[in-house]
Amino acid sequence: MDISAFVLFWAAIFTSNILLTNFLGMCSYLSVSREIESSFGLGVAVIFVLTVTSALNWLVYHYILLPFDIVYLQYIVFIIVIAAFVQFLELLIERYAPALYYTLGIFLPLITVNCAIFGVSLFMIIRNYNFLQSIAFGAGSGIGWLLAILLLAGIRRKLKEKMVPQGLRGAGISLIITGIMAMGFIGFSGIVQIQ
Amino acid sequence: MINKILSDIALMSAIGSVLALIMVIAQRWLSNYGEVKVNINGKRELTVKGGNSLLNTLSDQQIFIPSACGGRGSCGACKCKVESGGGPLLPTERPLLSKEEISGNIRLACQVKVKSDIAIEIPESIFNIRRFNSVVEEIIDYTYDIKGITFKLTDGQSIDFKAGQYVQLESQPYEKIKNKVVRAYSISSKPEYKDRIQLIIRQVPDGICSTWVHKHLKVGDKVNFTGPYGDFYLRDTDADILFVAGGSGKAPIKAILEHLKEVGTTRKMTYFFGARSLRDLYLTEDMQALEKVFDQFEYVPVLSHPVAEEHWEGKTGFVMPYFKDAIRDPKHTEAYLCGSPGMISAVTKALKEYGLDEDKIYYDSFG
Repeated sequence: MDISAFVLFWAAIFTSNILLTNFLGMCSYLSVSREIESSFGLGVAVIFVLTVTSALNWLVYHYILLPFDIVYLQYIVFIIVIAAFVQFLELLIERYAPALYYTLGIFLPLITVNCAIFGVSLFMIIRNYNFLQSIAFGAGSGIGWLLAILLLAGIRRKLKEKMVPQGLRGAGISLIITGIMAMGFIGFSGIVQIQ
Repeated sequence: MINKILSDIALMSAIGSVLALIMVIAQRWLSNYGEVKVNINGKRELTVKGGNSLLNTLSDQQIFIPSACGGRGSCGACKCKVESGGGPLLPTERPLLSKEEISGNIRLACQVKVKSDIAIEIPESIFNIRRFNSVVEEIIDYTYDIKGITFKLTDGQSIDFKAGQYVQLESQPYEKIKNKVVRAYSISSKPEYKDRIQLIIRQVPDGICSTWVHKHLKVGDKVNFTGPYGDFYLRDTDADILFVAGGSGKAPIKAILEHLKEVGTTRKMTYFFGARSLRDLYLTEDMQALEKVFDQFEYVPVLSHPVAEEHWEGKTGFVMPYFKDAIRDPKHTEAYLCGSPGMISAVTKALKEYGLDEDKIYYDSFG
């Protein structure tokens, strides 16, 4: 791919938002978006974990999986690298930044199972990004995810005072809104294409 | 080919091991909080290893805060007051605490981690809580799904409790159940017996502990329990009393009545016992015999679904409508409820409509 890391960063936020174009990371997106504050906390945690794990997994892929010819095991390896890193991060934050732990750390276990993290690692391999591109793509995807969950949280706050048909309350109306948001984001896609 | 498979397996194992090793070292190094002090009620000070939850730290020190869910943060039984050193309130605690409790520094002991010196307040009665060894002395079938089991304490232990309190029974693994579980059951025998307790246990469909009790427990088996817990006991006033129980909720009321028989009382008491049909009634003769012992005591069984061929001639339907005749002065009446959460909330609502004060309605909910 001969696309600059800078362009990739912005593209990951807007034109190919990991959540609104690939619909990855939906379960925590739907469950945590009830409150803006916790959405923000989770979003920041996702940005951080995405950036670091895409770097880690890029290194693991190019220096372990490729040389030893075990690329077919990338799914398992990526997952355990993500899980171990998140666990490690949780311990670290709990020890050295208790204040951060109470706002951000408690969301870390949720992130281990967030498929957006794993999805980004796979995309960077499939699309053959270099190290810098991978980090930019990871960070951009994270910010895109935060943007999407904040938008939904804001809409859901407005929605609390509105009459929503019984059967649509909760996840139902959230998914419909997400679909409309995704259509809105198609408007950005003319700017740049990365997939 | 086979070499490739083996080397790949070895490589995967190596990657896994390295990560696991990093985690173990990190755990050692990061979760080691050294020795911290736990100050209890400003009187006792314990020096413990930091890093664990408050609940586990205390139980290691033989102080047992009640907990029904085993530390998963779902039952809310392990509430205790943390004066300092508990850190900020966690989102996992918030749903189980009321506004008053939050402003009163009440926390869930299973969620608070002991990482620095901490000061807590717990009721003195918790120090009474012990772990007891016992053997099963007697098993009585009260109904088709309710058994009364007497546990005799061993090793020269004796138990001190108030009639109405409960213990937590530890079940043993059986069949497909690999783990021990802990479940709360009210003591149904009088506190005058210091060397034994009786529990009344209903078979809950698919209940881990009750199935163990009903299908596997035999006379002579060794059983452990901790206790006594709870603030469901008779208040020492001269107010009229309404007892309302259903199913195995008879247990704490039986203990209270048997205790009153020992010490004597002149209070007016009415005992409503709700059941589905005649086959769910038990200990009826014993309860009716008590009507002759006390000056003013009435036992009122009420069946919700009496079966025609049983020829039930007593009261039917819900218990609530019958309270009317039993309440002389709602402001001078205490109610003691014991049974399912649904029954408790329905009865509490009805009693408030009859004019009873909410703080005079005591209950033990079998969740």
